[in-house]
Amino acid sequence: MDDAVMTDAVMTGGFSDPSIQSAWGFRAAMMAMARPGDILAVSGAQAPGGVSVAASVMLLVLCDPETPIWLAPSHDSADLRRWIAFHTGAPVVATRGEAVFALGSWDSLVPLDGYRIGTAEYPDRSATLIVEMGALQGVGAVLTGPGIADRARLTLPEVAAFRANRALFPLGLDFFFTSGDKLAALPRSTVVAEPAEVV
Amino acid sequence: MSDYNFAYLDEQTKRMIRRAILKALAVPGYQVPFASREMPMPYGWGTGGVQVSAACLVPEDRLKVIDQGADDTTNAVSIRRFFERTAGVATTGRTAEATLIQTRHRIPEEPLTRDQILVYQVPIPEPLRFLEPRETETRKMHSLEEYGLVHVKLYEDIARHGQIATSYAYPVKVEGRYVMDPSPIPKFDNPKLESAAVQLFGAGREQRIYALPPHCKVVSLDFEDHPFEATKADHACDLCGSGTSYLDEVIVDDAGGRMFVCSDTDYCEGRRDAGHRGRLAAINQEDAA
Repeated sequence: MDDAVMTDAVMTGGFSDPSIQSAWGFRAAMMAMARPGDILAVSGAQAPGGVSVAASVMLLVLCDPETPIWLAPSHDSADLRRWIAFHTGAPVVATRGEAVFALGSWDSLVPLDGYRIGTAEYPDRSATLIVEMGALQGVGAVLTGPGIADRARLTLPEVAAFRANRALFPLGLDFFFTSGDKLAALPRSTVVAEPAEVV
Repeated sequence: MSDYNFAYLDEQTKRMIRRAILKALAVPGYQVPFASREMPMPYGWGTGGVQVSAACLVPEDRLKVIDQGADDTTNAVSIRRFFERTAGVATTGRTAEATLIQTRHRIPEEPLTRDQILVYQVPIPEPLRFLEPRETETRKMHSLEEYGLVHVKLYEDIARHGQIATSYAYPVKVEGRYVMDPSPIPKFDNPKLESAAVQLFGAGREQRIYALPPHCKVVSLDFEDHPFEATKADHACDLCGSGTSYLDEVIVDDAGGRMFVCSDTDYCEGRRDAGHRGRLAAINQEDAA
């Protein structure tokens, strides 16, 4: 590796106060996962290569040398790999099947069948996907299930894939959706329906 | 503040716990293994709850800690001081003012709101443990959804005592899938497990974290002809007069005299401040004077 390529973009963009900013970032991630469809704002991190602030915060809050990351082609860049190595120490892996976290746009992350979905005895050993979105709004697909009082709505890239994922419960993948400084989450427990299917 | 890292634990430990919490929320009622750390307090004193709280706290939080409903008992006081010192967070005794509540064996009487987090200290997280001691077997039973043994246990209660005698740590089924130990809360509190708050369970010695997202379906196991009943002592609180709160029985003399008081001290004080009086409230005030 050429040291001259270690640009400012790689060295900067981390938390200035890691302990506190991680706590804030996690609180948002936890509330998003606990209440699917809720959209929360985070701040404090900026990875290079077109990664959103929210996805950057998620990488810093959740990833470390124990969590292999797979970068989908949409987001795989030399700068981002170095940023992840410098700020988190997480290994970037070659295939999605090795990953604990995966980052990319939806088109680049699918198909979903290559990721780890956990085992019957350890359903927690499954991948979490961080899906970069154009926009996040409380419209579109209808969500019901744990964490949702009645029903919630969220712009999802599609419905069929999440429905198939729900059918695997208690196995399956969990998702964070990120856009700018906003994030939302969709655990495997959420039932997703097309708006037209709900009266 | 102090020389401690924020909320005592190092960052990598907190990340590990945080990842476990996210998976626990994604699979409600399933016990996620985590690499529990040694804490500066003995096992059995809430090391699991403390680690979960440490991973969740933000500097703006207002922390409440209760032990069997009381804010002023040793366990509650020492954990509250621990976080005052290591996280610099504000603390309170008032349920409504708290953003994060760590609890040992009670759920506050006052309904919790969507912005609150309830962290339980759990001694034995495995609801099947006393029926099957082998972890390899209980894990298989959870994966196969094989919960017949729990119903046998409840049935044996009925055969022996004429009713379901299990009165605390009463097993529940979460979202129709996992049978979960709600920690040793009285079964009176079981209906409150369906809450608007986020509920997290931490077992330090047993190295497990599990969770209930808000509005999660939580059903106490029972039989059609012996339905679940949330029971309490058949009295009113002798200090505040509440007829609906969970009560502690207190022996007051050598002649068999006793009184019943709310186990939730904040709820009881709130009612007395609002002018409610129980049977012995007057006597108690004289004592204080």
